[in-house]
Amino acid sequence: MRPSFSIIFFTVMSGAGYGLWMIVGVALALFWPEVSPGKGLTLMRYPGLYLYGLAAGFVLVSSGLVSSLWHLGKPARAWRAFSQWRSSWLSREGVAALFTFIPAIGIAVIVAHDAWVMRTVGNEFVIGGTFWFSTTAFSILGMLLAVGSMLTVFCTGNIYACLKPVRAWHNRYVVAGYLLLGIYSGGLLAWALCSLPNGHMRGMRWLLAGIAVAALAGALLKHFYWRFIDREPDATTGDATGLKSLGVVRSFEQPHTEENYLTHEMGFRIARKHSRKLRRIALVAGFLVPAVLALLALFVPGSWRAGAWIALVPGMAGIFVERWLFFAEARHTVMLYYGAR
Amino acid sequence: MTSLPPRARRKLGLVIDLDTCVGCHACAVACKEWNDGGAFGPLPDADPYGAEPNGVWFNRVHSYEVAGMGNGEWGIGRSQAQSTAPCSSTISDSPFPIPASPQTVHFPRSCLHCETPACVTVCPTGASYKRAEDGIVLVDEDKCIGCQLCAWACPYGAREFSARRGVMQKCTLCVDRIYNETLDEADRQPACVMACPTRARHFGDLGDADSDVSKLVAERDGYALMPELGYAPVNRYLPPRPRRDGTTAAKAPAAEPIDTVQMSPLLRWVDRVLSR
Repeated sequence: MRPSFSIIFFTVMSGAGYGLWMIVGVALALFWPEVSPGKGLTLMRYPGLYLYGLAAGFVLVSSGLVSSLWHLGKPARAWRAFSQWRSSWLSREGVAALFTFIPAIGIAVIVAHDAWVMRTVGNEFVIGGTFWFSTTAFSILGMLLAVGSMLTVFCTGNIYACLKPVRAWHNRYVVAGYLLLGIYSGGLLAWALCSLPNGHMRGMRWLLAGIAVAALAGALLKHFYWRFIDREPDATTGDATGLKSLGVVRSFEQPHTEENYLTHEMGFRIARKHSRKLRRIALVAGFLVPAVLALLALFVPGSWRAGAWIALVPGMAGIFVERWLFFAEARHTVMLYYGAR
Repeated sequence: MTSLPPRARRKLGLVIDLDTCVGCHACAVACKEWNDGGAFGPLPDADPYGAEPNGVWFNRVHSYEVAGMGNGEWGIGRSQAQSTAPCSSTISDSPFPIPASPQTVHFPRSCLHCETPACVTVCPTGASYKRAEDGIVLVDEDKCIGCQLCAWACPYGAREFSARRGVMQKCTLCVDRIYNETLDEADRQPACVMACPTRARHFGDLGDADSDVSKLVAERDGYALMPELGYAPVNRYLPPRPRRDGTTAAKAPAAEPIDTVQMSPLLRWVDRVLSR
């Protein structure tokens, strides 16, 4: 399949954004932020990660969604895509993406409101629970944000996994891969954001341990996925035409002299030539380097701040390579009619 | 709605005879001609007279060489096909002998108007739909956003994206001909069927067991393409009949020996002149 940049950018960026939102949501709900009592108020200390995470997630998710519009022939009609959620995973993804903005905006509104009130309270950079509902609301909105984010990525994965004509997509590794890599790249981002001023987060050790585990799990998943798609596909031109029982079927004349939409879109061949090297690059840069740095950060005190950005850059680059391969290596059944094997 | 309608009794579709198709592309050209000006057109080409013309065609005619299985005995294809189940071809039970020598099969490929088409259910906008009354799969070009997911979902390559128009286009089974009361009744057939010079294409209701096309399918062991994928195509293909394989072909008459000595000198001279 032709790896179109808009879709690769969309799936990597919005995947990372939703992963980040998932982590922010879970952190809000479970690792209730450090609080200190104020004048009749509960104050959230070090809100940095939540602010940065929400904002960065918003930028990534939105830019990803906007980039996916570039893929459309008629972007102005994109609103119609929310209508067929009963049958279409693409439509479900749109609905889930829209839904996930609601808790994100809710959290942002509360944070902004509190920041406005807090200006008058003290000189410490704090954001507090000025409303009775703040602690509870943060938990509920955090959970909704996490669930919505994962649902959206789940739908993204299923868009590909439901396509039976593409063997490299129609398998159980695909949805798991999208979810795992989304959370993993979101974790790398959260780690980097924590190293910014005021970016402290409770449960930092959990985050680092999670990154290391997710990196190893991701590498294993991709390893098994690649082993699966490398197994010889059993279908031939004879199967596609139904002429197999008359003998070996070979295409000797194409229906058209030039490329058409099908051969352009589904007959992409370059990747297979370099796939070994690219897979190794994706594994080492995308998973092994960040995993080693995360483990280092866990056991060598003080190294987590420096390691964060060093891990993020190769990590994201590796995931871009992985996503490019995901499209470029996939073969479509229709190419059997054109004599592909 | 991209949810599928309940299974209709009527299943309009095509039956394509691979035995008589000569690969002339008349169906493809007639289709392009009608649909460029029909209700679902136009079908504009990019660079139509340039070096790399590119555009939407609803019909594509492939040509294949089918190598013979070697000895022309009955049942070889059957045993081989059964051993590779479940991907075995649907004509493995064909009672025809397997040809010993290679043959050419021309293979027109177009929308099969499946009973459970994934191209319809993946559509996020409702632009793709299957008609409840006759099972024709269509695209509403005013709703299509051009996401191209339906083309990915179709294993038969029935859908092509029009870069010029920004929407997906596909075979309409000439829905603007078959119900068109301004045409003579005899002309209310898809353009490809009308154009075929060898009558290799037949149009009718495959949901009706008594229809001409259903009888033809039953008589000639018509088969569906890749039924194992589960889309339940409506169109049927009729397998090629067995060809003469060289052993049964009529021999060219051998040269008869002539005794020139018994001939008259005139005839001997004529024979010598003509034998030069």
